[in-house]
Amino acid sequence: MKLNFNYDGNIACKALLQEHLEKFDIKYQLLDLGQIEIDDAVTEDVLSELQIQLAKYGIQIINHPKGQLIQKIKDAIIEIVYHKDKFPNITISQYLSDKLNFRYGYITNVFSEYTFTSIENFIIIQKIERAKKLIIEEKLTLTEISHELNYSSVAYLSTQFKKVTGLTPSMFKRIVSKKRELSNID
Amino acid sequence: MITHQDSMHILLADDDEDDRTFFSEAIQELKMNNKLTLFKDGNDLMDYLVLPETKLPHVLFLDLNMPGKTGIDCLKEIRANARFKDVSIAIYSTSSSEKDIEDTFIEGANIYIKKPNDFSKLKKVIKEVVNMNWQFHTSGLNIETFFFSI
Repeated sequence: MKLNFNYDGNIACKALLQEHLEKFDIKYQLLDLGQIEIDDAVTEDVLSELQIQLAKYGIQIINHPKGQLIQKIKDAIIEIVYHKDKFPNITISQYLSDKLNFRYGYITNVFSEYTFTSIENFIIIQKIERAKKLIIEEKLTLTEISHELNYSSVAYLSTQFKKVTGLTPSMFKRIVSKKRELSNID
Repeated sequence: MITHQDSMHILLADDDEDDRTFFSEAIQELKMNNKLTLFKDGNDLMDYLVLPETKLPHVLFLDLNMPGKTGIDCLKEIRANARFKDVSIAIYSTSSSEKDIEDTFIEGANIYIKKPNDFSKLKKVIKEVVNMNWQFHTSGLNIETFFFSI
């Protein structure tokens, strides 16, 4: 039997964090995406044990201040790519500098230095990642997907898809469905 | 939530000594921290991977034509083992037919590299591949639908 899943990584992650923090009796407050305020009385030992437990789920505590900034930049970009209707008439550069309170030039420099890619390129990767999900879901046509992701034309989406993956959207779709068939037989 | 790692762990299995040397040189020129481990063929690689204490790499480069276990043999063995599901696999091949590319992806490869014929192009390709792979590992992207053909 094959089950298909739809899930929200953020909800899953929040639930996991809450469970673990409660298990360790840590007083906490969930802040923005990827941030938690905890009681200062928590000892280093408890924190390192928490870190070990969370690592099993691929969750790491970031101690690096620039690591935190990069995480916020990534989260903000992902939010825009996935909820474009919430951000009418604003450029991504304007949005990022308003939200993070830094000059855009500083933001792009820090981002490139630590991620080895540019913000522009990261946005493209995220948009294509979302396009992949939408193609697999098969609810929207490629033209509708190009509108959803703010591409001026379906041809432009296909070109960018090919640039990022090396594949055409239809070849991508074929590979994913054959790959799933194969793993189903095994 | 996205994990933050500082160093990229890379493996290469290739039976040609010159190719291994070129590859190491290309990797050394990368800006990011990395650790490269080399294997002279597929058997060597698989013996290493099955050890329980082996730390999983972020990306594994596989030459297709190797004596003993070929790249495809290794690919199939690795993908049959759930422990390696997060490892990206990059295939090195001289073929550029769409069918070959498609077949390797279906078998579980993430990256398909058409071997360039000169060293400067090879370096450029390796840099692009490592960079793209890095984005996948540090940005919570879905490795199951990660395909990159270059």
